[in-house]
Amino acid sequence: MIAILAFYLFATLTIASALAVIFSRNPVHSVLWLILAFFNAAGLMLLVGAEFIAMLLVIVYVGAVAVLFLFVVMMLDIDFAVLRRGFTKNLPFGILIALVLLGEVIVAVSVSKLGPTLSGQSIPAVATPNIVALGQLLYSRYLFAFELAGLILLVAMVGAIVLTHRSRGDTRTPKASRQLRRRPEDSTRLAQPAVGEGVKL
Amino acid sequence: MIGLAHYLTVAAILFTTGVLGIFINRRNVILMLMAIELILLAVNINLVAFSAYLGDLTGQILAMFVLTVAAAEAAIGLAILVIFFRRRGSIAVDDVNRMRG
Repeated sequence: MIAILAFYLFATLTIASALAVIFSRNPVHSVLWLILAFFNAAGLMLLVGAEFIAMLLVIVYVGAVAVLFLFVVMMLDIDFAVLRRGFTKNLPFGILIALVLLGEVIVAVSVSKLGPTLSGQSIPAVATPNIVALGQLLYSRYLFAFELAGLILLVAMVGAIVLTHRSRGDTRTPKASRQLRRRPEDSTRLAQPAVGEGVKL
Repeated sequence: MIGLAHYLTVAAILFTTGVLGIFINRRNVILMLMAIELILLAVNINLVAFSAYLGDLTGQILAMFVLTVAAAEAAIGLAILVIFFRRRGSIAVDDVNRMRG
């Protein structure tokens, strides 16, 4: 009973905040609604026993992606009133597309019940906890894919830095190649001046 | 009893909301990126629901990879947005076709 209540609470809040994300006037509010949507989706995932993914959702999305969005929204000085100009123009067409898409998805779900059904079994009471089982699978069978995911993140990080890096003209940075090419013989000179004479520089 | 169909319905509505967001916020790239995040969230809910329904953890592993790609996509997309704003002083997508070379 409490699970059903929790499901409807999480599902309603997820959908409501997703709608608020796309309809709110202020993009900062949109990001905050997005955070609420992700929290509730994490709750939905907790209900089916996917604890690790739920926590990952909170950590990755709320902790990293949403903060990134907030940074960009607040850093860029954007006139958002101009950006909403096409809103009412696109609204009827957009809603039409959305309704068609929703109808298609619902038809697809109901039609798939007529065909050969999946081997629907209830969730087995696993002896090992979700995180342990996931870790065992991830580090054995999906090891290559896991490392590939790490590589994707590395490429994304390097790409983001390269894209946004700005070399300013007024800073004087040392030229490493010139420094490395310089030998001790070029820069130092041994001199043995006689007594009473100075060293000519 | 909450079944697979409930989860699929929630994910379908979430997916449609994301697509609608892309359609109606045609000028605002930040909101479009957020709508893409909503679409990927719907995909994740589907994957996790099927994983629980079939008793197979592979769906959750895939959900993790989707999460990874979504984070990378958000980082690269926002970086492109920042340099686009720096060059043009606006983030309206309608202006992108002027960027030839």
